[in-house]
Amino acid sequence: MTNPSTPAIRFDQVSRYFGEVKAVDHVDLEIRDGEFFSMLGPSGSGKTTCLRMIAGFDKPTSGHIHLYGQDVSNLPPYERDVNTVFQDYALFPHMNVGDNIAYGLMIRKVPKSERTKRVNEMLELVKLSGYAGRKPSQLSGGQRQRVALARALINHPKVLLLDEPLGALDLKLRQQMQVELKSIQKRVGITFIFVTHDQEEALTMSDRIAVFNEGKIEQVGTPAEIYERPASTFVAGFVGTSNLIVGELAKRITGSDQTFSVRPEKIHLRAVGDKIDGNMISVDGVVRDVVYLGLYTRYLVQIDEGNDLVVIEQNLKTTSMDVLSVRGQKVRLQWHKDHISRVGG
Amino acid sequence: MLTRISTFFHQHPRLVLFLLLGPPMIYMTVVYLGSLFMLLVNSFYSIDDFTGMVIREFTLKTYAQLFTPANREIFVRTASMAAAVTFVDALIAFPLAYYIAKFASPRLKTWLLIAVTIPLWSSYLVRVYAWKLILAKEGILSWFINLLHLDGVLEWLLSFEAIGGSSLALSPIGMFIVFVYIWLPYMILPIQTSLERVPGSLLEASSDLGAKPFQTFRNVILPLAFPGVVAGSIFTFSLTLGDFIVPLVLGNSKFFIGQAVYSYQGTAGNIPLAAAMTMGPVLIMIIYLLVARRLGAFDAL
Amino acid sequence: MHSNSSSPKASWALKAAALGTLLFLHVPMWIIFLYTFTPDERTFTFPLPGFTTKWFGIAFQREDLWRALSLSFKVAAIATLAALVLGTLAAAAVYRSKFFGREAISFLLVLPIALPGIVTGIALRTAIGGLDIPFSFWTIVIGHATFCVVVVYNNVLARFRRMHGSQIEASMDLGANSFQTFRYVVLPNLATALLAGGMLAFALSFDEVIVTTFTAGQQSTLPIWIFSQLSRPRDRPVTNVVATFVILLTFLPIFFAQKLSAQSSDTEGESK
Repeated sequence: MTNPSTPAIRFDQVSRYFGEVKAVDHVDLEIRDGEFFSMLGPSGSGKTTCLRMIAGFDKPTSGHIHLYGQDVSNLPPYERDVNTVFQDYALFPHMNVGDNIAYGLMIRKVPKSERTKRVNEMLELVKLSGYAGRKPSQLSGGQRQRVALARALINHPKVLLLDEPLGALDLKLRQQMQVELKSIQKRVGITFIFVTHDQEEALTMSDRIAVFNEGKIEQVGTPAEIYERPASTFVAGFVGTSNLIVGELAKRITGSDQTFSVRPEKIHLRAVGDKIDGNMISVDGVVRDVVYLGLYTRYLVQIDEGNDLVVIEQNLKTTSMDVLSVRGQKVRLQWHKDHISRVGG
Repeated sequence: MLTRISTFFHQHPRLVLFLLLGPPMIYMTVVYLGSLFMLLVNSFYSIDDFTGMVIREFTLKTYAQLFTPANREIFVRTASMAAAVTFVDALIAFPLAYYIAKFASPRLKTWLLIAVTIPLWSSYLVRVYAWKLILAKEGILSWFINLLHLDGVLEWLLSFEAIGGSSLALSPIGMFIVFVYIWLPYMILPIQTSLERVPGSLLEASSDLGAKPFQTFRNVILPLAFPGVVAGSIFTFSLTLGDFIVPLVLGNSKFFIGQAVYSYQGTAGNIPLAAAMTMGPVLIMIIYLLVARRLGAFDAL
Repeated sequence: MHSNSSSPKASWALKAAALGTLLFLHVPMWIIFLYTFTPDERTFTFPLPGFTTKWFGIAFQREDLWRALSLSFKVAAIATLAALVLGTLAAAAVYRSKFFGREAISFLLVLPIALPGIVTGIALRTAIGGLDIPFSFWTIVIGHATFCVVVVYNNVLARFRRMHGSQIEASMDLGANSFQTFRYVVLPNLATALLAGGMLAFALSFDEVIVTTFTAGQQSTLPIWIFSQLSRPRDRPVTNVVATFVILLTFLPIFFAQKLSAQSSDTEGESK
């Protein structure tokens, strides 16, 4: 058994350049054994390149990648105990579902009877029992996705890589698969590395998240840490909506001219002249815009100091008529002291 | 063991590229480019008039021979034939290409495309031979013309010095018909491809804006199909230019380029002159390709 | 043309013209079939003066024909084999890596069929003459392979490009080395493209005459035999039989190759 303190994956100053473009730039990273780890970032941020280097489809220009302590930087994909679920599933169209799933075992010359047994177990795990004889072209997108998952998991890899596997599914199916993936990961106990550009997906499923931007990691942390205490303006902006407080306003509230952030849902909309609690921060402004979104309403408030702040309030009692009438009025915004955080702190 | 070799390859991607590319490139470079180079070199040699041996010394003498009136005539004759064939091929290819691209149901389209492709790939010689039967003095076409009492017209046509001859099977008219027939599929397919890319909505928009079908055809379809016509013409022109079988089989004593090259290297044994003569079509085709690229023909290939 | 109907109707004039072109393409070949039954030995008289099937038997016993046929078969088989290997290698190289001069490779491969056949022919003839290489079976094969490679190359490269997503990576990810990946994933994907490309290359080589004239010397392939009959007809009835035979022989592989490529692009569309 591997030593539990050995990280599943360790990046040691890993870079990958494509000519002038620094796709991945001196990245250090540790992914723990057994965790559900997400790499989050916009397209072109380097997350997929990192995944491809772990899988062995791409090699670092410099630096080293360790898999449970072993340097695998220069090993071909078939010599790494890592399997991948591809974005387009990459099922073999000339093989049926059963043969697709059994592919890894066939290559390793596992006897036929054993193969059939394990394929059936896998089909059960991904809820596709009875589909072994079908061709991939006869399956729906969600079903292909499950076959791709089964085909990777049957090999009991040390690490499973998932490259935006839910991207092609519709919203409802995606949410269902998110829950299922998480429960499968718990059951098999394998380290999952999940690449996505969807912050909500990352926040829902992950034990920890690494936020990528322009080839570098901006922040690594639990979903709560990333959301509540973004380490950079990029993270604050990319993960959820965030209000950045800078300049005059920052100075008045905190006495420092650094950048701070506050999440829109933490801000309360009050009438001007409302009482100020000692633990609350209070600013005044004018409502510039109101967007009624059913479950909640989004307000854009221009603060007297010049900043714009976004405020989100649930429509617990208000109707669309109520909220829209606020437009143009002077309001007071309040939030708890604990809910403002210094960006990068 | 294989895994170890595979891993070695994995770690040396340039070696793999070299191994993959090596055999085909070495073959094509040595055999094909090498031969073309020797052809070029030979065109600068000359032949000793007395011994008939090739003199391996650089000279432009052989090229100068191309400009004798007889040879000039050969070039003009061949290029005119190629141009005429190209024009008529475009004319008769268009309706079928248009029908396949815009009106045929998907099922019918597959069959029609196969029907056009089969002659393209099937034996060129046999297709020429078929016309030898058809055009023969006692053959089916003459019989048909007699039936229609048009033999006078045919004789009148054949009496022209430039295009006529003793019978259809031995005249430039006959050659022309055969060339049009042989290269027709090469014209249909590119036109069809380029028409395929004209979105149906564009035609509807045009008729929506009040254009009559003919106006739509003239102002919308024809300009959009033009790259396809140019692409097709590359084939019809180039193939006519270099062909020597049809002139040998159906022609008379008036040579075409291919025929001249064939006889210079064969009976005359004058490889330098044959080589220099070949540079004619090569040069014409290079110019043609450059112009065609300007006109956007390569997208339709 | 009605703008409200989704599939517009062609005018009768267009239909007639299209049909006319189609008949022009195909009827001449049928006429050869007709002539295989003529008893007339010296001319191509029409209407046929009678009906006979004796020429099939006579053609069947011609030694020179059998020799030419067997030479053509051997040449086409070996040229096709060489084209399959060289064309697939080149397609694989161009598909799997981006390198400087990729365009030049396609250009070089397509050159032998883009330039008039006589250029390739006379070039090879010059090289053979210049290097004092004796004409042989192999000079024919080498000539044919130059223009057969591109047929295989185009078919295989098109298939590589249509191959679904990251199958090669998936296979290696699942533990297969390059050789296993080739055998279990790449080859099954390429199979029909190789078959189609191979059949077309075979057909191309089997009735090539222009280049062959320059590389065969005194040898006679079937097309050269037909060519000699075309310019100096001696055995008209036998030529008719041979021509019919060649049409039938090339028709089937071409037909299946076309069907094969049409089908694979259909299924491609369905699975998307």
